[in-house]
Amino acid sequence: MMTTIRHHLSEQLLTAYAAGELPEAFNLVVATHVSLCDDCRARLETLDALGGALLETADATPMSEDSLAACLDRIDGLSQATSRSPMRRHGIFPAPLADYVGGGVNKVKWRNLGMGVKQAILPTGKDASARLLYIPGGQAVPDHGHRGLELTLVLQGAFRDETDRFGPGDIEIADEAMQHTPVAEHGEVCICLAATDAPLKFNAIIPRLAQPFLRI
Amino acid sequence: MMLDAHQTEKTDAPLVARQYAVAEHKVRSRKDGSAVQADGIETDWAALVLRVRDHQDRAAFAALFRHFAPRVKAFLMKSGADATLAEECAQDVMATLWQKAALFDPSRASVATWVFTIARNRRIDALRKARRPEPEDLPWGPEPEPDQAEALEVQQDTERLGVALAQLPEKQRALIERAFYGDLSHSEIAAETGLPLGTIKSRIRLALERLRQQMS
Ligand SMILES: [Zn+2]
Repeated sequence: MMTTIRHHLSEQLLTAYAAGELPEAFNLVVATHVSLCDDCRARLETLDALGGALLETADATPMSEDSLAACLDRIDGLSQATSRSPMRRHGIFPAPLADYVGGGVNKVKWRNLGMGVKQAILPTGKDASARLLYIPGGQAVPDHGHRGLELTLVLQGAFRDETDRFGPGDIEIADEAMQHTPVAEHGEVCICLAATDAPLKFNAIIPRLAQPFLRI
Repeated sequence: MMLDAHQTEKTDAPLVARQYAVAEHKVRSRKDGSAVQADGIETDWAALVLRVRDHQDRAAFAALFRHFAPRVKAFLMKSGADATLAEECAQDVMATLWQKAALFDPSRASVATWVFTIARNRRIDALRKARRPEPEDLPWGPEPEPDQAEALEVQQDTERLGVALAQLPEKQRALIERAFYGDLSHSEIAAETGLPLGTIKSRIRLALERLRQQMS
């Protein structure tokens, strides 16, 4: 079931996710990658344990005197959960992503961008945005620079750019300085989940068809 | 770091703690609360959570509350909550612990780690309001009778992390604290934390691989 994932989340992203400090769109990408990747799951659990160690060793601030009594009163009326509410994977969409889409690939409301390229913007908080990309084999995602951070997680197929090849489960982390031209490999359609914390800025000299549409 | 109940009692609200220690003692003498070790040198927090899960044990809950609520309150105040909000949220966190005791898996996380994740999520709700999707659950849930050896190892991991944290130079420790209290800029998060996370990481990964093999 697992393919070999070669491109992982950075320590910084995982730490910020563990601390609860990322915008929603990035949280979604991190949660989706961790769902696919035992390595990053193990790293994340280690960071959670670090949070636990911090909590354990930090100075305590006394609670008010009646707080325990109040809490005991409160739990009197509370029922206890017996099991976790199930979150399900739908095909190539791990559970957290399937939750945003409302199912699998067939539930995505794609918008055509030309040349067979499609995208669907997912509903997240405004400080960053997430979208699904559908790129037929051989098609390029336009060359762009970033004003901020961009994460691209491959869910199906693969793309290549100047840096490397990215297959299922791989995540590319592109920062401000990076200029790259991802091209989908021939064969299976490449489907990616991407998040940016700033609008993309396009700077190819020759305008490409998809550019104006890809702007978020 | 040892989980020394006597030592921690001193830093908690001492009067309230003593008062409930007496109440708890009465409850324990009525039942055969052999798993409750609140007066011991080391407190087995995981055993207390399992007593909450299996017996709705209010004395066990009180012991957990006395230890963790003041730490959660401190954590939330360092994250920018005022005392009133932090106290309210610490109560919520402890009520959640009561409700979700069945979802706690001592072979995957220490109680401190689990409480940290609940507190983090409560903080996101209270202060930031950014949705934070969770990774997909592993295909196996908590065991009704968790592996004792694994649970102990997980507990020791958190303790070792606590020791490692305490031994860090002040500057580094402060950096980690600020990352978890949500007080770091992106560029500051990028700085290396310098923690010896490697061994724990690989141990968790090994456990995951073993479990996956058992599943397939
Ligand atoms: Zn990974």
